[in-house]
Amino acid sequence: MDYLLTEQQVMIRDLARQIANEKMRPVAAKYDETEEFAWEIVKVLADSDIFGIYIPEEYGGLGGGVMEMCIVAEELSRACGGIALGFAGTALGTYPILLYGNDEQKKRFLPHIAKGKKLAAFCITEAEAGSDAGSIKTSAKKAGDHYILNGTKQWITNAGEADVYTVIAITDKTKGARGASAFIVEKGTKGLDFGQKEKKLGIRASATREVIFTDCKIPAENLLSKEGMGFIVAMKTFDSSRPGVAAQALGIAQGALDHAVDYARKRVQFGQPISSFQAIQHMLADMATQIEAARALVYASARMIDSGAKNIAKESAMAKLFASDVAMKVTVDAVQIFGGYGYMRDYPIEKYMRDAKITQIYEGTNQIQRNIIAANLIKESLR
Amino acid sequence: MKCDSKKLDTQYSIHNTQYKQGVFVNIIVCIKQVPNTTDVKIDPVTNTLIRDGVESVINPFDAYAIEEGVRLKERFGGKVTVITMGPPQAENALKEAISLGCDEAVLISDRKFAGSDTWATSYTLSCAIKKIGAFDIIICGKQASDGDTAQVGPGISAHLDIPQVTYVKKIEEMSSGKAKVERMTEEGYDVIETPIPCLVTVVKEINTPRLPSLKGMMRAKSAKITKWTASEIDCEGQSIGLDGSPTRVIKIFTPPPRKGGEMLKGDSADISRKLAELLKDVVI
Repeated sequence: MDYLLTEQQVMIRDLARQIANEKMRPVAAKYDETEEFAWEIVKVLADSDIFGIYIPEEYGGLGGGVMEMCIVAEELSRACGGIALGFAGTALGTYPILLYGNDEQKKRFLPHIAKGKKLAAFCITEAEAGSDAGSIKTSAKKAGDHYILNGTKQWITNAGEADVYTVIAITDKTKGARGASAFIVEKGTKGLDFGQKEKKLGIRASATREVIFTDCKIPAENLLSKEGMGFIVAMKTFDSSRPGVAAQALGIAQGALDHAVDYARKRVQFGQPISSFQAIQHMLADMATQIEAARALVYASARMIDSGAKNIAKESAMAKLFASDVAMKVTVDAVQIFGGYGYMRDYPIEKYMRDAKITQIYEGTNQIQRNIIAANLIKESLR
Repeated sequence: MKCDSKKLDTQYSIHNTQYKQGVFVNIIVCIKQVPNTTDVKIDPVTNTLIRDGVESVINPFDAYAIEEGVRLKERFGGKVTVITMGPPQAENALKEAISLGCDEAVLISDRKFAGSDTWATSYTLSCAIKKIGAFDIIICGKQASDGDTAQVGPGISAHLDIPQVTYVKKIEEMSSGKAKVERMTEEGYDVIETPIPCLVTVVKEINTPRLPSLKGMMRAKSAKITKWTASEIDCEGQSIGLDGSPTRVIKIFTPPPRKGGEMLKGDSADISRKLAELLKDVVI
């Protein structure tokens, strides 16, 4: 379907697709197996200026928005949803600075991120605070012109590989929801450590680790916005980044569908390619339709955010919810179409199913997304 | 192994260029746009390619030339001018070269160039290069995937009377007035020192061409391509196009497969007598 992309968006899409096909596909299985971080792909993306597409021109980027970020996330995820997180996870870690950083902070960090010289990571989740983000315990105590951070963040994408960490920590326990603040912490700061790389079901090429703060001293200039703004920074960050997760899910789904169609045409049973059987055709039709619907929703929500709309939480949540559920269904069906071969790790399709699952969980579980959608729906009806 | 050239001080060298790292090197890359298919059609009259209607790409070997030119610029500082002789659509190849890091592009295009063989082509390109001005190194791909002659690069160096090294797999150094390169051979490679300015043709072993960058593609979109016709470059009418082509393509065909040889039997006196008779028949 033609989504009336601009010339620049088509250029970005085609380049991302070229990188995905020529550079990522040949190594996706290897990185899934070894769980190493794909620095060679990060370099290709950096050299192509892809890291800067959603960063303003004045900070070295190309001045695009969420739409451009989604286009890239989808194309890269068609090849590998795990390696794509080097890019997408960095976007998540960068949005707090983009949305709430002052000019000095933006000048300090955005140009390096735009050039792909520094990756970023967003740190909010803790062992006892996942969906219940309000229960985080990591603290940031003001001490002169510094803050001292203590605590442990869990399951942070790009942790250990990134240079820039945007962290949500409690500055005032008594203030409840207004008691958290957002900070920028750089790798190499004394008191910043990383845990072991987690062993995951899917997106294994993505580095997921604990981020540990032990009397970690950061300059007060690294506070984003004001004290007390932490959860607002987090929520607004997610509103902009959720279409990115949705786009990742979309890419995984599309990649799986492409494999499934290809296989169905080649696999011969009962003297015919299985693509001639209605059972298979109906599955493929449903998969393709769901993906197209998800794509339309993702693009619509991305464009809405880029247009400057104030209230985007509901649409952003819808895109993430729908696309990730579609990805899970499509990838399970794709494995089914591959039959026995779909279960074998020698074939590429089982990886898509393993990779799809996380999109229903992170950046707000789909249950939380439903809460957000319902809450906004009800709020709107009261107006 | 040294490559002697009498023309150390040609009119093409930049007298104020220091060949130290970090100082300006003027690089010219010659590329050709070729059909993206092995299924080419030949014009029965001129026996040359019909290019209309077939998707065109940068000649594969030229991609390595572009990459090497851009790498030299990144290594030493300088400028890469990419040039091609071709129909108007060859502008797309030049734009792609700009997106890969070339700074300026020149298209030499004129109906009068049609039907050029490699001699006329290299003559025309050398006239354009003379008009571009000073350069330190010209980089060409080893050969074009449509003609496969590998003659244009050497032809340019002959017309410009500068030293050439072909089958280059590495440009090791560029320093005061000379360059050190590795020329690939069947057994390994030769290390050759050549005076600058010079021309090299490169093989695939020299580098891995990069993908275009977004900023490069945007620069390419708005780039101004210099376009020259035959009258704008200082060339002689009878030396260009079909008229300037001493060779004619008579026929292009797939040769029949080689049959096995004939084994001669007997003692050496018998064999040598038979062989002499066979040779007499073949030669006379």
